Amino acid sequence: MSIPGAWYLALGAVLFSIGGLGLLVRRNVLVMFMCIELMLNAANLTFVTFARMLNDIGGQALVFFVLVVAAAEVVVGLGIVVAIFRRRRGTTADDLHLMKG
Amino acid sequence: MHVMSLLATATLVDRITFGIGATIVILGAIGVVISRNPVHAALMLVMTLFGVAVLFVEEGANFLAAVQVIVYAGAIVVLFLFVIMFLGIDRQENLAEEPLPLQRPLAIVLMVFGFAGLLVLAIGSKWSTGAPSVAGPAQNQQGGDVAAIGRSVFTTYLFPFEITAALLVIAVVGAVVLARRPRHPSVGDDSGVDADGSIVSVVSGDDDGGIDSTGSMAAAVAETVVAAQSRADADGGTETGADTGTDSGEGAS
Amino acid sequence: MVHAAYLMPLLPLAGFVVLAAFGRRLGDPFAGWLGTATVGGAFVVAVITYAGLLGKHAGPAREVTQNLFTWIPVGSLQVKAALLVDPLSVTMVLFVTGISTLIHLYSIGYMKGDKDYPKFFVYLNLFVASMLILVLANNLLFTFVGWEGVGLCSYWLISFWFGRDTAASAGQKAFLYNRLADVGFLIAIFLVFDKTGTLNYLGIFSQASHISSGARTAICLLLFVGAVGKSAQIPLFPWLADAMEGPTPVSALIHAATMVTAGVYLMCRISPLLALAPDARIVVATVGAVTAFVAATIACAQQDIKKVLAYSTVSQLGYMFLAVGTGAYEAAIFLMVAHAFFKALLFLGAGSVIHGLHDEQDLKRMGNLRRYMKITFVTFGIGWLAIAGIPPLSGFFAKGDILDNAFARYRPLWVVGLVTALLTAYYMTRLFVLAFYGDDRWRESSESVAAAGHAHASAAHGGAEPHESPWVMALPLVVLAVLALIGGLLNLPGHLHVDPLGWLTPVFGSALYDAHQSGSLQWTLAVVDGVVALAGLGIGLGLWSRRTENPALEPMVLQKSYFIDEIYDAVIGRPSESASRFAAVFDTKVIDGAVNGVARLARGAGGGLRRIQTGFVRQYALGIVIGAVALLAYMLTRVS
Repeated sequence: MSIPGAWYLALGAVLFSIGGLGLLVRRNVLVMFMCIELMLNAANLTFVTFARMLNDIGGQALVFFVLVVAAAEVVVGLGIVVAIFRRRRGTTADDLHLMKG
Repeated sequence: MHVMSLLATATLVDRITFGIGATIVILGAIGVVISRNPVHAALMLVMTLFGVAVLFVEEGANFLAAVQVIVYAGAIVVLFLFVIMFLGIDRQENLAEEPLPLQRPLAIVLMVFGFAGLLVLAIGSKWSTGAPSVAGPAQNQQGGDVAAIGRSVFTTYLFPFEITAALLVIAVVGAVVLARRPRHPSVGDDSGVDADGSIVSVVSGDDDGGIDSTGSMAAAVAETVVAAQSRADADGGTETGADTGTDSGEGAS
Repeated sequence: MVHAAYLMPLLPLAGFVVLAAFGRRLGDPFAGWLGTATVGGAFVVAVITYAGLLGKHAGPAREVTQNLFTWIPVGSLQVKAALLVDPLSVTMVLFVTGISTLIHLYSIGYMKGDKDYPKFFVYLNLFVASMLILVLANNLLFTFVGWEGVGLCSYWLISFWFGRDTAASAGQKAFLYNRLADVGFLIAIFLVFDKTGTLNYLGIFSQASHISSGARTAICLLLFVGAVGKSAQIPLFPWLADAMEGPTPVSALIHAATMVTAGVYLMCRISPLLALAPDARIVVATVGAVTAFVAATIACAQQDIKKVLAYSTVSQLGYMFLAVGTGAYEAAIFLMVAHAFFKALLFLGAGSVIHGLHDEQDLKRMGNLRRYMKITFVTFGIGWLAIAGIPPLSGFFAKGDILDNAFARYRPLWVVGLVTALLTAYYMTRLFVLAFYGDDRWRESSESVAAAGHAHASAAHGGAEPHESPWVMALPLVVLAVLALIGGLLNLPGHLHVDPLGWLTPVFGSALYDAHQSGSLQWTLAVVDGVVALAGLGIGLGLWSRRTENPALEPMVLQKSYFIDEIYDAVIGRPSESASRFAAVFDTKVIDGAVNGVARLARGAGGGLRRIQTGFVRQYALGIVIGAVALLAYMLTRVS
């Protein structure tokens, strides 16, 4: 047989944690976005692992959809980033605090 | 499922593949988080994606591996790079300082807890409930996993498929509108020009066929935002306020 | 003929309505004549009713109930608007309507020239209608309607010249004291209904022996509380003196002859109940006697002519309650009728004096009026002799009757009553002498009047000779004087028995107490009364005919009526004010504070929570991660 699923799940956990840490710590908007992608990939990995472990193709179908949605999300998100940062010089997420209560 | 016993059954090739894949993934991830230059970070991301693709193949999801590379590494990251170059925000970020108090310690603590919890969940629990699969078996399908995915997407998950298709269209339209360049102001306009001389707001363009309504609504919003910005600018040097392009918020809805 | 009784309250009520609607158009003096006509009509009806009742046999046949309509039909409480025509009520309506007619006539002249002339008669007519309802009603609640009606009209009439602060306050004071007493009346009504299930007098009396004695005493005492307020006994008497702010006809009618007697009437009406409540009777008699004495002492020191008469009224009412407490109801009614005659006479005479002197009311500034106002002098003199108790005028017989019964029942109270009789004669003599004899003090006071800034600046006339009143004012004086003279015939003691009032006996039945004294004892007591009266008269003459100032005899204590107003203010007024102020502060600080505090809390909480919205996306992301990790931890606890 192949590698036990638990190892993949552990790897997914590691990837997710690193992505989460990066999201919270980095200030550059695009890098934050990339960290989100990392987290999504971790999820994908987990799904595929379960598809194998449970012998259900639904896991892989779901990854398919996640991929599509991630792509759409990136497109729109980057569109917003472009719209916001077109004219300013600063590019950190900390500069966008106009919604301060 | 005892971990160690199963390891005995894995072939050497599998183990090496897994090891390499895992290494690439982790190194790439760390690289994304650590790189000061966003372009470097993008490239590290590509590395991670490749590693994940390798792992997909290892798990028997060949189609997904291909799609992963094509879409993620080939399209999404390219888009990232496009935006980085377009906006010119490749300035190095100073990783040593952290303006928000407690952000880093809390982040580290939380992620460690999260990781530990996930590990416990992953390893410690029984995942196989014995319930029959919804979409059909994954291994040893006729036509391979491509056909299996195809069958499930077009039958069991047809509705989500159509929805995601619609989603893509919406995303495209949205992106086009969001990223549109703002219009030029007319001569008699009394709205000000902001500090860095950029175009501030518009009242009405004369060459815009059917989009006048959005123009006026957007103009109103833009003026409010500009006022906020000028106030904020007067307060202190940092640029504040989202001075969105005039059509940006309104046109999409 | 008896069934014409409903016309008695109806006529003045109609007059009230017409005058209220058209009075201003009718004007001076036609409005006055109309008002007088309606009340005169009521008097005629009263006489007819009297005749009708006389035609029936004495006893239960003379208790005629006339139902007008059902007023409150609620379950077991069936209150009708109905009239009870019996000797007691007919006696009352006779003298009420009679005196009211005379006073209406008098007012036509007295109020002439007043800018609110028609309004006066509107109120007066309504008053007479209410008083008649009070007297004729056959159940407690309908009586209460009349009770409140007279209180209301009294308030309106006292503060008739409401532009004057003192008049306005006096009206309020009267109303408040009355209202306070009415609480007792109301509670009595509740209690009566609870114990007997009916508010009808005849119904109550038939069940009187079935109620517990404690309840009987309570009911009687509570109704007496109401009577104390209405008839100005201790401790609710201060309002009557202040009520003199009203025009003099008002004082004569309301605060001498009719409204203040309503309390006595009420106690007489419930005599069957009172007969079974000996404790209540003692209280009534004692309060009456003490009030009579205290009021008499206060009257000795008053300088305003009307105030003397006001306290005199309080004193005489005390006598009436003394009679009621003794069980001598006939005597009480006798004094009530006689007192109505001579007190109204005295007040109208005082009004004549005031009118003649252009609104001068201070005794010290009158004098020698007998030369200028002859009719007033003679009639006032008759009234003076009557109230002083000089035989053979009505006052002598009436007071004597009461004192006889007091002698037989409550000896100590008899002593008090006798001393009061002395004082009565004394202060009335003082008043008479100061007003009608001596020097023309009113001549000198013209400048000091102007300097004192007298309200009615007729100081321009000061020094002009006082004039006699016109016939509309003089005629009632004469009529009342005659009645005061011969009124004694109504109830002569012993064998001189004309006694149409003997017809009251069946009304009070077993409740009536007759002091069966031997003829010689009766004569002895009568002589004692006469001597006492003459003594008081003599003392008064001696002290006051030569000097007009006797400071020792007019101490401040008495002038200020034992400082009762100040005491009430300190004991009740100030604490209520501070309680109110405390309540106001409590309301704004605590209650409003609580409500506002809630708002402030919400705002504060909002303000505090708002600091979570820092605007930094990364901190929001941190929040999400915190939540996610918490959720994860929770799931871990559920995992087997």
